[in-house]
Amino acid sequence: MTAIASPAEVPVQRRPRPVVVEFMRQQPLGAASFVVIVAMMFAGIFAEWVAPYDPLNIDFAGILAPPSWEHLTGTDAFGRDTFSRIIYGARTALIIGFCSSLIGSTLGLLLGASCAYFGGRVDMIIQRFVDIMLAFPIIVLALVVVAVLGKWQVLGIDVNLIFAIAIPIVPNVTRIVRAAALSVRAMPYIDAARAAGYSHARIIGRHMLPNLMAPYLIMLTAYIAQAILLEASLSFLGLGVAEPTPAWGLMLSGNASDFFAEAPWMALFPGIAISLAVFAFSLFGDALRDWLDPKFKT
Amino acid sequence: MLDTAASSSSGPSPAPAPSGDGTLLSVENLHVHFRTSVGIVRAVEGVSFTVKRGEVVAIVGESGSGKSVSALAVMRLLPRRSAIVPQGRVMFEGRDLLGLDDEAMREIRGRHISMIFQEPMTSLNPVLSIGLQITEPLQIHLGMDEAAAQARAVELMKLVGIPDAERRLGQYPHQFSGGMRQRVMIAIGLACNPKLIIADEPTTALDVTIQAQILELMKDLSRRLNIALIVITHNLGVVARYADRVIVMYGGRLAEQGAAEAVFHRPRHPYTMGLLRSVPRLDRPRGLKLETIEGLPPNLAHAPPGCRFAPRCPYRIAACESEPALMPTDTGGLSRCVRVPEIISGAINWTSGMVAGAGAAADKRVTPLLSVRRLTKHFPVKVGLRGKKAFVRAVEDVSFDIYPGETLGLVGESGCGKTTVGRLILRLEDATSGQIQFEGRDLVAASSADLQAVRRKVQVIFQDPYSSLNPRMTVGQIVGEPLHVHRIMTEAERQKARVGELLNQVGLRPELAERYPHQLSGGQRQRVGIARALAMEPSFIVCDEAVSALDVSIQGQIINLLEDLQRELGVAYLFIAHDLAVVRHISMRVVVMYLGRVMEIADRDTIYREPLHPYTKLLLDAAPVPDPTIEKARAPRLIQGELPSPLAPPAGCVFHTRCPMASDECKAAIPAVREIKPGHFAACIKV
Repeated sequence: MTAIASPAEVPVQRRPRPVVVEFMRQQPLGAASFVVIVAMMFAGIFAEWVAPYDPLNIDFAGILAPPSWEHLTGTDAFGRDTFSRIIYGARTALIIGFCSSLIGSTLGLLLGASCAYFGGRVDMIIQRFVDIMLAFPIIVLALVVVAVLGKWQVLGIDVNLIFAIAIPIVPNVTRIVRAAALSVRAMPYIDAARAAGYSHARIIGRHMLPNLMAPYLIMLTAYIAQAILLEASLSFLGLGVAEPTPAWGLMLSGNASDFFAEAPWMALFPGIAISLAVFAFSLFGDALRDWLDPKFKT
Repeated sequence: MLDTAASSSSGPSPAPAPSGDGTLLSVENLHVHFRTSVGIVRAVEGVSFTVKRGEVVAIVGESGSGKSVSALAVMRLLPRRSAIVPQGRVMFEGRDLLGLDDEAMREIRGRHISMIFQEPMTSLNPVLSIGLQITEPLQIHLGMDEAAAQARAVELMKLVGIPDAERRLGQYPHQFSGGMRQRVMIAIGLACNPKLIIADEPTTALDVTIQAQILELMKDLSRRLNIALIVITHNLGVVARYADRVIVMYGGRLAEQGAAEAVFHRPRHPYTMGLLRSVPRLDRPRGLKLETIEGLPPNLAHAPPGCRFAPRCPYRIAACESEPALMPTDTGGLSRCVRVPEIISGAINWTSGMVAGAGAAADKRVTPLLSVRRLTKHFPVKVGLRGKKAFVRAVEDVSFDIYPGETLGLVGESGCGKTTVGRLILRLEDATSGQIQFEGRDLVAASSADLQAVRRKVQVIFQDPYSSLNPRMTVGQIVGEPLHVHRIMTEAERQKARVGELLNQVGLRPELAERYPHQLSGGQRQRVGIARALAMEPSFIVCDEAVSALDVSIQGQIINLLEDLQRELGVAYLFIAHDLAVVRHISMRVVVMYLGRVMEIADRDTIYREPLHPYTKLLLDAAPVPDPTIEKARAPRLIQGELPSPLAPPAGCVFHTRCPMASDECKAAIPAVREIKPGHFAACIKV
């Protein structure tokens, strides 16, 4: 036993306020956007109970009805209740938005961390590939992937669409994660892990990835917004979700543009839904970034 | 509290001294509080002191003692949103600085009081030329025109010893070395002929030889220009070299103040006594064991009432639970200790309760555990627009042996390649050429499978306890991971028990296994780093500046721990450090490196008593010793000039550009490392 007595412990810090309360105090805008996201998730998950009508129910007696108490946001050219379609559309948007952002960001995280850890040739090859991908606008890249994959549905979810949106996200996330990972790579605890003879997979998985969670989570939420927008754009162009599935982008296209003069509500309300969702996820992503960045903490 | 404030002015008169007696600055009963998420932190409590014209006052203390905060409060540079000054006055030439409006304060800053910060690398703006940064305050405060300011800038550059001033004015900070940048900072500080300069750790980021140059410059300027200087530092050697008066702070309070000689030779506060005892010193015979101040500095967010130092003080009595007042001492200073009379009478004298154990003994010259032969590492870099390849010659032809159970010290200034040697041995870098024999295997050529086995035997302890532990893992996971990965122990129960045992071994309570690194103090983290290295039961540990980031009192604890572990486990250390006193304390043999090459290798006592190589001699001379009498008596023998670039090291002996003994022969050939006396090697043709 050493002759040194145990030094006194540092007193345990006072129990901090619950995370949610602290987040609301410091990031009010982020908290507000979180409320919108929760509302949207609620609407998407419980669409069957929230929506007043069946979104697919065609009623030729009440086509192009303006907003009223009966139809809050009016009806479309087939007499379908647009409010119910927006509610169901939230489900489509969330499934596709969340899944594609999750796949894209996670792939980007692994690639970015590998680039930073291995460096040299691995880094060189992946980064040049990323350069090529970044040269194309996201929407063009997504169009190419949709065209190559063709239609591919599992349980009624457009898997091809998810991949089409996820793949253009990968290079962006790779770039940003790589930058963060380079600074983690230079930390002595990574050297300590190498000196201890741990495997590459273990060092990346156990030592680097947990320290890259902040940029990853921020990218994940920010790209959900992008993905929702992209899904809407693809649907608008006729390459995304197909009729009669309710999807926000789809509601903007087709006869919404034909009847724009007579029934502007057909395009207006799905447009608001898209804006609101994108806004909420972007703001939440920003708030999360500030919140997780220790430099912003007092 | 109020009467202590008054008594802080020198002399027996109870009334605050008028500024006629040469008092330039008087800080009276200053309090600074910070609002934080864990509540109010009382960073400075009731601090009073005065500074006379032309006087050099040193404020000494460990991190968190409130020394920098007091200085920032004088300059009114505290963060506005979180810092509050609930009480106190800062009188400067008859005006209370705390009561001034922002405009008046700006007039004071830079014009009458200027500040020099620790990091010369970051306190200059990288995109503005040096000339612009020096002339800026002249134009703002003194209303000089361009030409006059330029002329004054050249004069200032010459004053601080920057050669070729006219040309260098147009250059940018990155074209200056660290020492030169600190000279520029001093020139900016001097620009408007201030009456007071506050220097916050002005030489901490600099190498020993450069530090000596800067200290000499500042002391000289203060004398010549009659500028008062407040030097904030944790380095007692620096204090001894500089200061007329010393203020010792602890836990946000003034612990002791007095004349430098008095404080160093007859300390009147137990903390000062302990502090002076716990640093390894070059001017005293090496003790077998460092005496340390046990425990940790107080947490100022919820400090208990009474004497701040009481929890760590070996002489605490019941009276220490009440607030001690500042008491005048026999040496003309002040001490915040209730037992001052006993200290004066000599009844209390800091003696360590520890029995000096036998020093760890290395195995008597059997086969070396590790032997390094002609080790060389060149880092390729691209130079210029065309990307021409050049090499940084970080390590050049280095050879040495380490025996089982031995500590080999490796010293040198930054950029001498000592850290690279450590990284090469750990195979964190691949050597350009040479051999590293460890237990019959050459680590340089080892395959990754061979390395796997060696990695268990060769471990590392890093400098920075803040970044060497993964912040997302608990202490238990960090220490236990090697057991699990290397299948030393597979059952969770036994692993947990072993982690507890290891923590115990490094002086930590096993309960700490549940904590995350950010919940620990610096010293505790460093202990966790040691426990992690020990988990694999290594026979050899590379300690890369393992104690240099720690506070003085904690540093002593860690050094003792490393020595105890060596005695118990027979592990060998390569102890890489720049602090000569620390290396002398812990090492059995010492290697001195300069610009990638070995200059001298010898037994510890030999090298410190009779250094042969001129570089070793100058290095030992440059290191300040915590004794004002010695410091003030000795004539400065400084190494001139700066470290040459390792991209283009000088031909012949790499040291000839700075060596006082250099002649033409030195430029001709690279001197070999010769055995001059048995076991004493040096690379110099002149010895």
